[in-house]
Amino acid sequence: MKGLSTLSLVFIFLCYTSAAIFLAGFVRKVYEYAVTPSPLKIPTMPAPTTKGGVVLRMTGEVLFFTSLFKGNKWTWIGGYIFHIVFLLIVLRHLRYVLVPTPEVIYFIGPFGIHAGIILVVSAGYLFARRIFVDRTRYISSGADYFALILMALIAATGLAMQFLFMADVSAVKDFMVGLVTFSPVNIPDDHLFIVHLTLVMVLLVYLPFSKLMHAGGIFFSPTRVMVDDCNEKRHINPWDR
Amino acid sequence: MADIKTEQLTGKIKVPKINESAATEDRANRAREEQNVLLGFPPSKPDNWQEIALNKMGELLTKYKSLKLFLDVCVKCGACTDKCHYFLGTGDPNNMPVARQELMRKVYRKHFTTAGKLFPGLSRAEELTEDVMDEWWNYYHQCSQCRRCSVFCPFGIDTAEISMAAREIMNSVGMGQKYSNEVLGKVVTVGNNLGIEKPALQNSLEFLEDDVKEETGTDVKFPLDQKNAEVLLIAPSADFFSSPHIEGLIGYGKVFHEAGVSWTMSSYASEFANFGMFIGNYDLMKKVAIRIRDAAEELNVKRIVVGECGHAWRVAYSFWNTLIGPFDFLDPEHRSPAHICEFTLDLIQRDALKIDKSYNDDLVVTFHDSCNVARGSRMGNSPGGQFEIPRELIKSVCRNFVDMDEETIREVTYCCGAGGGLLTDELMDLRVKGAMPRAQALHEVMERNGVNTMAMICAICKAQFTKVLPEYGVDMSVVASVHQLVSNAIVLGGKKGV
Repeated sequence: MKGLSTLSLVFIFLCYTSAAIFLAGFVRKVYEYAVTPSPLKIPTMPAPTTKGGVVLRMTGEVLFFTSLFKGNKWTWIGGYIFHIVFLLIVLRHLRYVLVPTPEVIYFIGPFGIHAGIILVVSAGYLFARRIFVDRTRYISSGADYFALILMALIAATGLAMQFLFMADVSAVKDFMVGLVTFSPVNIPDDHLFIVHLTLVMVLLVYLPFSKLMHAGGIFFSPTRVMVDDCNEKRHINPWDR
Repeated sequence: MADIKTEQLTGKIKVPKINESAATEDRANRAREEQNVLLGFPPSKPDNWQEIALNKMGELLTKYKSLKLFLDVCVKCGACTDKCHYFLGTGDPNNMPVARQELMRKVYRKHFTTAGKLFPGLSRAEELTEDVMDEWWNYYHQCSQCRRCSVFCPFGIDTAEISMAAREIMNSVGMGQKYSNEVLGKVVTVGNNLGIEKPALQNSLEFLEDDVKEETGTDVKFPLDQKNAEVLLIAPSADFFSSPHIEGLIGYGKVFHEAGVSWTMSSYASEFANFGMFIGNYDLMKKVAIRIRDAAEELNVKRIVVGECGHAWRVAYSFWNTLIGPFDFLDPEHRSPAHICEFTLDLIQRDALKIDKSYNDDLVVTFHDSCNVARGSRMGNSPGGQFEIPRELIKSVCRNFVDMDEETIREVTYCCGAGGGLLTDELMDLRVKGAMPRAQALHEVMERNGVNTMAMICAICKAQFTKVLPEYGVDMSVVASVHQLVSNAIVLGGKKGV
């Protein structure tokens, strides 16, 4: 810890704290979803009759948002692009924490840059849709706008470091690797990076306590993950044995 | 009724502009004190109702994964906002599924989440006040629990689960709904929703036998409480008195008669419907269902076949095995419970019945998929059998069959507008408006294909459509039971049976 500036110490503390809150919060929620019983069989029918079928159904839901596609094509296109580019961006960022960085992450790199631009655009599209469609305007609250603005700001600050005020990538990488290897070094003297990092920490802390928990929750939704084998196999209600 | 404003039938379902408070006048009646007490609920709202309600909500959150998860994960994407027939019919924004859920979610945030406790403003967190409870009363009795919204939700959020929980919470503080609690009171004391005692039931079945004899010259029996029969048939009690339900019952009787399968109904379990599901009360649902198991054991039957009733088939197919199973005392050779459509179609496919389709030649038939059958159950061995088997059955007894617009049938079918305990007169305005999507789709095939008959397999759908379609200028005679069509075409004395 010798030679670390006060600013670095503060940020290192915040980084670890927010990561811990994220992990603990996420795990707690997933644990709650996992242990809360399902007294009755309630898959939305027609439903798969085997576990393998459920895996297929869920693969469709998670990789292609099949139900949303049925529901609203305009929301699907915006939401789908938003999620895909977000995934690319997260993967691209692995180069800042993995040593050595796998080839495939370098391959994603350039896509990650375009993804950043698309993320801002698609967040704007989803924001506009909330405002201009009377039904979504009615149901949207501060939290819904906040999540979109936060994501757009994270992407915008990231892009700015790439295109406007070049960040010292190797200093950033040293700092991040230091964090994940628990041998922290000084934070780069780059205001944009510090803002970017702060916004990411806000996202991490916010996620487990918000609707963003859909990321973990989707895997537990009883209407989607239950097998339609009501006759073949007696489903036991744990609180009514 | 004359003052209900119905939409002009054009064959098209239009998404309305939001019209705030459009359905606030559509309010279900409150149950009387003795009706609540009979079911084990408090007679009326106690002073500490808020505390009791929140405790109940906390309890349900630990007992139902669906409720816990669905209150957490909605991202308000809006995919469900134009999917509910009550929103399409009224334009009231609280009838958008996500907004209906939000009525409970805002209380959940306030009392059960960290974020809501810390930042109530950002996330719309609210106390469970009298006003909020009033909104619950209004809009959780404007959900027919048809599950259409859940088809389109990226997380499978099923508003039915939330409205069931809301009604369970309201019942826990003496806010029972009159129609549902009255019906449940009758079924747990007398054995059926209509409160028909055994002698009256016996009488009406004898009348039915006379009628069929007069019309066909054949002694078709409608047996009650016959021990050692092969099949126990459980029908919704509306089949005993209402029309076109009773024509369906006649159809079941003819099928058993021709197949030569001995059967009986039960005076103790003379009801297939199970309103315990509508009010989200597990114990009552079980109490109603277990009468059927007891009757089957008492009458020593080999199998259970059930009649045409939508939500009851969901309870039977999806829940019975958990609630009152296992059915190891029945003949393992046969699926129990079996739907009468599966039973009859199987007989026809094995050539055990003689069918003359020409008796239905004056009909051009379409099929209304009932919501709970479509999205809450299955028939046959593969997913989607609940769509194919009734259609196959209709086509095996009728030459002229046409489906309605595919956006309105099968898994995306529209509710009739009166399911979930809403088949009550004080909600007539809502019921008429909620039937709009189906009325439009029906109108289209009536105009284009000359459809004059809409067949269905649900007692609530039949009662609802015969009442509300005339409001749209469609004659109630279009409404038919599927087994009414079977009854028309079956040639008595034509085959040896099985």
